[in-house]
Amino acid sequence: MSDFWKRFSRNRGAVIGVVILAVVVLVAVLAPVLFPQSPWRMVQRPFLPPLSMDQYPLGTDALGRDVLAGLAYGAQVSLLIGVVSTAAALLVGIPIGALAGYFGGVADDVLMRFTEFFQTVPSFALAIVLVAIFEPNIQSIIAAIAIVSWPPVARLVRGEVLSLRSREYVEAAILSGQTSATIIWRQVLPNTLSPIIVLASLMVATAILLESSLSFLGLGDPNLMSWGYMIGAARTVIRQAWWLSFFPGVAILLTVLALNLIGEGLNDALNPSLARRGR
Amino acid sequence: MLRFILMRLMKAAVILIAILTLNFFLIHAAPGDPAAVLAGEAGAADAQFIEQLRQRFGLDKPLLTQLGIYLGGVLQLDLGYSYRQQMPVADLIFARLPATLLLTLTAFVIALVLGTLAGVLASARVGKWSDTVISTLALLFYATPLFWVALMAVLVFSVFLNWLPGFGYETVGANYTGFRRALDIAQHLILPATTLGLFFMAVYMRMTRASMLEVSRLDFVKTARAKGLRPGIIQRRHIFRNAMLPVVTLAGLQAGQLVGGAVLTETVFAWPGIGRLMFEALTQRDYNLLLGVFFVSAAMVLLFNLITDILYRVVDPRIRVVS
Amino acid sequence: MAITEPVLSIENLTIALPEGADRAFAVDDVSLQLFAGEILCIVGESGSGKSMSANAMMGLLPDLVRPVNGRIVFGAVDLLDKTEAELMDLRGRKLAMIFQEPMSALNPLMRVEDQIAEVFEAHRLLTPKERAARAVELLTEVGIPDPAKAAKAYPFQLSGGQRQRVMIAMALALEPEILIADEPTTALDVTTQAQILELIRDLQQKRGMAVMFITHDFGVVAEIADRVAVMQFGKIVETGTADAVLDDPQHAYTRKLIAAIPRLVAGQAPTRKEKPPVLEVENLFKTYRTGGGLFSKPRVVEAVKDVSLQLAEGETLGIVGESGSGKSSVGRCLVRLMEPDRGTVRLAGQDMAHLKGEHLRAVRGSIQMIFQDPYASLNPRAKIGRIIAEGPMAHGVSRREAYKRAARLLELVGLDVSAADRYPHEFSGGQRQRVGIARALALEPRVIIADEAVSALDVSIQAQVLDLLADLKERLDLALIFITHDLRVAAQICDRIAVMHQGEIVETGPAHDIFNRPQNAYTRTLIDAIPGREKELAAAG
Repeated sequence: MSDFWKRFSRNRGAVIGVVILAVVVLVAVLAPVLFPQSPWRMVQRPFLPPLSMDQYPLGTDALGRDVLAGLAYGAQVSLLIGVVSTAAALLVGIPIGALAGYFGGVADDVLMRFTEFFQTVPSFALAIVLVAIFEPNIQSIIAAIAIVSWPPVARLVRGEVLSLRSREYVEAAILSGQTSATIIWRQVLPNTLSPIIVLASLMVATAILLESSLSFLGLGDPNLMSWGYMIGAARTVIRQAWWLSFFPGVAILLTVLALNLIGEGLNDALNPSLARRGR
Repeated sequence: MLRFILMRLMKAAVILIAILTLNFFLIHAAPGDPAAVLAGEAGAADAQFIEQLRQRFGLDKPLLTQLGIYLGGVLQLDLGYSYRQQMPVADLIFARLPATLLLTLTAFVIALVLGTLAGVLASARVGKWSDTVISTLALLFYATPLFWVALMAVLVFSVFLNWLPGFGYETVGANYTGFRRALDIAQHLILPATTLGLFFMAVYMRMTRASMLEVSRLDFVKTARAKGLRPGIIQRRHIFRNAMLPVVTLAGLQAGQLVGGAVLTETVFAWPGIGRLMFEALTQRDYNLLLGVFFVSAAMVLLFNLITDILYRVVDPRIRVVS
Repeated sequence: MAITEPVLSIENLTIALPEGADRAFAVDDVSLQLFAGEILCIVGESGSGKSMSANAMMGLLPDLVRPVNGRIVFGAVDLLDKTEAELMDLRGRKLAMIFQEPMSALNPLMRVEDQIAEVFEAHRLLTPKERAARAVELLTEVGIPDPAKAAKAYPFQLSGGQRQRVMIAMALALEPEILIADEPTTALDVTTQAQILELIRDLQQKRGMAVMFITHDFGVVAEIADRVAVMQFGKIVETGTADAVLDDPQHAYTRKLIAAIPRLVAGQAPTRKEKPPVLEVENLFKTYRTGGGLFSKPRVVEAVKDVSLQLAEGETLGIVGESGSGKSSVGRCLVRLMEPDRGTVRLAGQDMAHLKGEHLRAVRGSIQMIFQDPYASLNPRAKIGRIIAEGPMAHGVSRREAYKRAARLLELVGLDVSAADRYPHEFSGGQRQRVGIARALALEPRVIIADEAVSALDVSIQAQVLDLLADLKERLDLALIFITHDLRVAAQICDRIAVMHQGEIVETGPAHDIFNRPQNAYTRTLIDAIPGREKELAAAG
């Protein structure tokens, strides 16, 4: 474990990522303390430019709402949806991939055709259709993101399990009379953990991008202030008020960047043999 | 090869039927009366039209019969009628399709060419400042929301600098023809195509770089060096060609995202393609049109996949010769 | 020979490893001379630095590994002083190299003739048309069947031996003065190895080249070397003519290495009482079908064809054969890691070839396997104790009892009891293989199948593990099936041997008879191909 931290902290990008993410998480957690008022409330005149009033450093939007407060509450939504939808995608993808990879044959064929189908369908378009038809709210958004993001998990897990399946220690476990369930649980899955962790961190990033894109198109939960919604609402007034779309975009960029950096750091630290050996 | 293409087409047909079935069940799973869903926002269509829909889709008949009717209709290129736009969905889509193809293909070519080029460059200068710059840029592009880049591009290049048009497909009212018109469209194309391409450029760059570095560690590269070949030739002939295989595979897998990205890009740039059409359907709650666009974009993705699969077979003799 | 000038001499070469490696220098103060017209073998176990020295000569050291001291003098100049451009000119033209893995040493996307033509291109020689013609000539010279066709082929269409011939053709294209061969036959089957060794010897004599041949295998040394240098931990411990080093090794390490080589003399089968068979295999068949879909014909490989054999209690039966002979498939069918198509496998009277589910799980304990790869055969995330105890626990033994048994077994295989609380990565290859043996014994099986169980080990470790197996067999009265490609190993440990070729058993008999009076033509080819056999026979008188 200490080896892991040593390798992880040697990666400068990953450390920067952790710092950025820590700030974002902190802001999200402290949002109700820092901005006790609802982010939907009008606090000043509309289109107040940034830095013109100390109290509202990032200005106000077309309805006079505080942009900074919106960003803080948006962090909550982004992180929540990113993490929950990734967890849901893992819950679907890991069992499917593990079963397909371990049992092979017909089970593999059926499950992989199913996965392939979801992978071929343009994912963002499918997410739009799902959210639109089931009414935009936080549940439908999380479900839609999970539905379009589990296939890579299934494929990854299947590939790993497939290669572990023919590993000699798994064969030894079969010969020693352990049941399939025990073998999958004790011998196979623990050894797929590192690539899953790496993929999951990148998936949270992708989920945040997806959520913001949906909200941008007006498919966000109408009760939640989100970064994508803020940019979408500001789209038509971009000529008058650039800051309304600029700052939420930077917030998304930084959060997603941080997660990607962490993902790469994890990858290097968890798979040291693959990481830039010798350069 | 012919047999391979035939196989892939059959597979594509199966997937398309599966998507249609999914569409069908989505309509039925949606809250509310399916007829109202098909007509658009509940209450927007008059009772007579809804009755007409019930008749046509046999909405009073068993579910499976309805599915048959629906699939039969699509086979005759009938994707239903958009009550909102007062036009058949298929006509609406086909009118918009060329614009989307132009945009996505241009973006794809830009991304692939510039992305692999940057990847090769970065891999050749690994650890040097040019690699750092390219890799950092790629990391940034990779993390930026597409719609935001689009908006910022409009803001900077269209609003502030006034270099390029940031809106539409061609200059409205100019009535250019021939070459002049092509030039006008090309000017309008630059911002949306570059914006859409940026993300994928980052993806291909990262993949190319990683793949080049990986291949350069393989034994046959050492063989090539032992022959006394110059590094340039080794890079081009031995490393690059082998490194491109996973990039081509990835490009195929990314096709779906390219089409999805078109929705956002076209929305921001008011590019009259099917992505913009999807956004319009969304705002008007025109579900039948929405599902139609979804179906056609899936078909486009399958086409992209087929092309990259063929490309892969051309590059890799192991697959080409065996079949 | 001593009067002539060496073509190349290495003087006090020291190569530093990057920080954090297990030792500071890959090659430590090595001096060597290579003369025209001789084959110099550099022998050593893995990690001895033998490949590094060769790579240094070519200027092909990995990044971060660099020579820090010494000279490599070739044609009166120091190669280490040369610029990359000057080295490029020498590579392929004056110094050529072939590698261990013929599978990966050729570019998979290029035709063979283009890869050979590149050598001329690199040195701006000949026209493209002449290059193609020379490619075919060279392929003819290295004895590839149908050279014109092979020239147009892609590497994946050739066998391992053919690819190594292509590599040699490429290396010889510009008639270099020195050929460096880095374990060029290690990845090949024994009969192919014999052919390639003969080819290298022939070409070397015809052209008067100097060859530096790197190997871990003293059999190969006996077969091909004029002179030998033995390396250990980056240093040369002994040099001399092949005969001197093999027959009268001076250094303790050399003596240990040579002593560890299994002798090719199979003992006379002890005249023991006929024991009842514990395992009877009758008419076993296994056919693989790969690929094949709606439109394509599947590829059919008959891996096991009508195999029958018997194993008596306390007996060791060797199954030997080259890769693809079906020997591993037989082993896997016996333990039911693979489903046989037809046939019976009677273990203590019960046919287990077609048992399913719980019935199969229940009998599995009586037949266990020891695997080839000590690095892949232990779960990296499980402690040694658990690895051994898991089997008994799966068969209903209590946790406490199972761990107690694990501790006993660790002692039995010569490991410390404290090993139970450690993870596999803390152990060496040989120690891991001992853990693998302990695991196989944990279920108190009647039959153990060892599938290439010592093939991945260095020769000195191999000897220790073989000793352990022989000892355990005696003490526990085990019946053992020993699957191997290495006839020396088979000769040492087996009572009887079955020779497999293309899925069939071509000959079975007592080990002594198989080695001294082989009846089958293929068996004879196989035994003749064992490297170092002639020398050993001559020595035995």
